[in-house]
Amino acid sequence: MQPRMGVRGLSASARVARWNEIPLAPPDKILGIAEAFKEDSNPKKINLGVGAYRNNEGKPIIFPSVKNAERSLLETEVEKEYTGINGSKPFQSIVQNFIFNNSNKDAAGAKLIGGNRIVTAQTISGTGSLRVIADFLVRFNSAKKIYVPKPTWANHIAVFTDAGLDAEFYAYYDNNANDLDFANLTKSLEDADPESVVLLHACCHNPTGMDLTPEQWEVVLEIIQQKKLYPLIDMAYQGFASGNPYKDIGLIRRINQLVVEGKIPSYSLCQSFAKNMGLYGERTGSISIVTESPEQSKAIDSQLKKLIRPMYSSPPIHGSKIVETIFSNPELLESWLGDLDQVVGRLNTVRDKLYQKLDKTNYNWDHLTKQRGMFVYTGLSKEQMIALREKYSVYATEDGRFSISGINDSNVDYLANAINEVVRDFK
Amino acid sequence: MANSYFTEIQELPPDPLFGLKARYSKDTRTDKVDLGIGAYRDNNGKPWVLPAVQQAEAKLAKTPGYNHEYLGIAGYEPFVSSAAKIILNGDNKDVLERTVSVQTLSGTGSLHLAGLFLKKFYKGSNALYLSLPTWANHNQVFASIGFDVKSYPYWDNDTKSLDLNGFLNAIALAPPKSVFLLHACAHNPTGLDPTKEEWSKILEAMSKYDHLPLFDSAYQGFASGSLENDRFAIEAATSASSPIKSSPIIICQSFAKNCGMYGERVGALHIVLPKDLVDLKPAIKSQLNKIIRCEISNPPAYGAKVVALILEDKALYKQWTEDLQVMANRIKSMRVKLRDLLTNKYKTPGNWDHIVDQTGMFSFTGLNKDMVERLERNHGVYLVSSGRASVAGLNDSNVERVAQAIDEVVRFQSKL
Repeated sequence: MQPRMGVRGLSASARVARWNEIPLAPPDKILGIAEAFKEDSNPKKINLGVGAYRNNEGKPIIFPSVKNAERSLLETEVEKEYTGINGSKPFQSIVQNFIFNNSNKDAAGAKLIGGNRIVTAQTISGTGSLRVIADFLVRFNSAKKIYVPKPTWANHIAVFTDAGLDAEFYAYYDNNANDLDFANLTKSLEDADPESVVLLHACCHNPTGMDLTPEQWEVVLEIIQQKKLYPLIDMAYQGFASGNPYKDIGLIRRINQLVVEGKIPSYSLCQSFAKNMGLYGERTGSISIVTESPEQSKAIDSQLKKLIRPMYSSPPIHGSKIVETIFSNPELLESWLGDLDQVVGRLNTVRDKLYQKLDKTNYNWDHLTKQRGMFVYTGLSKEQMIALREKYSVYATEDGRFSISGINDSNVDYLANAINEVVRDFK
Repeated sequence: MANSYFTEIQELPPDPLFGLKARYSKDTRTDKVDLGIGAYRDNNGKPWVLPAVQQAEAKLAKTPGYNHEYLGIAGYEPFVSSAAKIILNGDNKDVLERTVSVQTLSGTGSLHLAGLFLKKFYKGSNALYLSLPTWANHNQVFASIGFDVKSYPYWDNDTKSLDLNGFLNAIALAPPKSVFLLHACAHNPTGLDPTKEEWSKILEAMSKYDHLPLFDSAYQGFASGSLENDRFAIEAATSASSPIKSSPIIICQSFAKNCGMYGERVGALHIVLPKDLVDLKPAIKSQLNKIIRCEISNPPAYGAKVVALILEDKALYKQWTEDLQVMANRIKSMRVKLRDLLTNKYKTPGNWDHIVDQTGMFSFTGLNKDMVERLERNHGVYLVSSGRASVAGLNDSNVERVAQAIDEVVRFQSKL
């Protein structure tokens, strides 16, 4: 009898002929936490993973201003047409006027806008803007290296590397001292390859919550000029440092001045309304490139469109229409600023509460009071974080970052106690 | 001025379709007509938010727990699974179980993701075949990823019909395991679809040479007015009786046109696996997620929630199928009107029956580049240079003017 070829054998060879090996990719670190949290049956479980705001009841919120804008949109919207490849024009002007011109309070920014030296494109929120600028820089920047702070948002490196940039760390944080490591920061930037890109977090550094002072920025901007580094600013948390979005853009205002003075030729800003308007899933953000000349602006604008058109044609409109509705109505704008201030106020309150309840005999927690934004960077070790998850069902990234909006009146005691326990256990 | 960081950056011409839109917007003639971009217009020439969409939006806003939180990387699960059922036939459990689906940024995002995935993991040919002609953006989507983009004959300009022999010949001559992009229905730009018999020959040939079919489904419901009829080719390719047994089948699905959700960017990518590759589903899903995470983190929520409601809610679904009929019927009636005016009233030289025979949103008029230019310059009638006209831009108040204008440019050129 003829030996029969097994179906299995056949398919294995067919498979080898058709596909490269497709390994199981590891789940995304941050979003993987949400999955694990969902499956935990402990009623006391706490999710401090994803950076989305929760109120004192632990629930997601829609900003009241956003809710009102959406209501009016529902009544007035008469079309759902495609926007341009680089998004809605009104949205682009809002971003420019709001951030670069600081709503008519930034003369240098106004000059750049008036001189057609800012190209803005609406993007798929912050990640999309990082991706578009990375693709752009790979094509047109003289150097292909990008320096990112150590540590930084986990996805930064994935986005840049995938686009073809060569990502390298610059020193930022001292894990032993739980403080900014400014001496090494400046040293590593001084050692950087000239004309490379340098990623700067505009405010509320993710994950450490530790920002540079204006004086420290001045030193960094000086090195940037000397080494001709290309500044790429990521601003995901505008408003979360001070509670007021107009106050959190000091770095941008200063760099605008330097551009107008001809000391820095060009820089880029990635920005989103994900956090400060709570528009997370609507994917509402932008990339702005401050160019060297109006002629270059036209060329860059056309090149951005060339990049975006084959990726996704045009960005989604719902979020940008909400932003447009809010900015075109002074009452809604005022109400949004109030909403944001309240959100940030609650974050500061829970941060203080947690700090009060932490046991300072075994560990110095003073860094908590200096950190800003949605996170506290505890300095807890990987082992301690695993113990928090396994023993206490407290879920957060293993680098010791807590998204503090997950803390509220009903769980802060439990959480503080859990932290005190693991600090004691792993002393 | 400090030294430039950048290597030379050239200014590029605008994208043809978006450039057309920009020229149209700037045109001050009050009787201008936009037959360019593929978006539906009602009989008053106005954009139309589908009643089903309006109702779904009102319902969504009142749904407890409605929020703007991040979706998962693969998108809104109720949307993704309902979308798969609509394009693959929800009754066919076997096919659904062999399918990996994720949400994408409408059709373009889906094509782009499919391209990236294949580029990374498909070991077959690097050649990717597009119909001649095809949607202007197809070429860039795949060329930008590094495919060797080629074309297969599709439209015979002399007979204004399908060049089936040319098509089958290209399938036979292509390197084995090439990727073939197939328009699921309402072919863009020609509006000409293969018949059922022709599809069966095409799929047989695809199977014989082991090519990978990549369906672009941008107009489900626009060809016949029926969602079921318009997924015929996809069902034929994916069902148990399909000749294609060993290759995966990829489907890029958009709700831009059939839900009128253009700017909301609602779409999905479906990879239907042959039986012996089903165990790869988790790995494929994880790799798709990895690609998405590096480009956009996660897709936009609002449009997907609206479409999910329409697909899941019986009353909304019924409303939607009626809305589709309204759009398909109005476009059909405009085709007839335009043909009748050209043939009977103006006695324009040539045969214009193809306008009526074609389906979907477009008519491939057969007007050449010079005629299209003259239409825009002298008559304020805008269509893309290939001669593709978006029939949805016609209405009772402008169809006569458009017919007259076409008549003028055709006669003008015949005099040259």
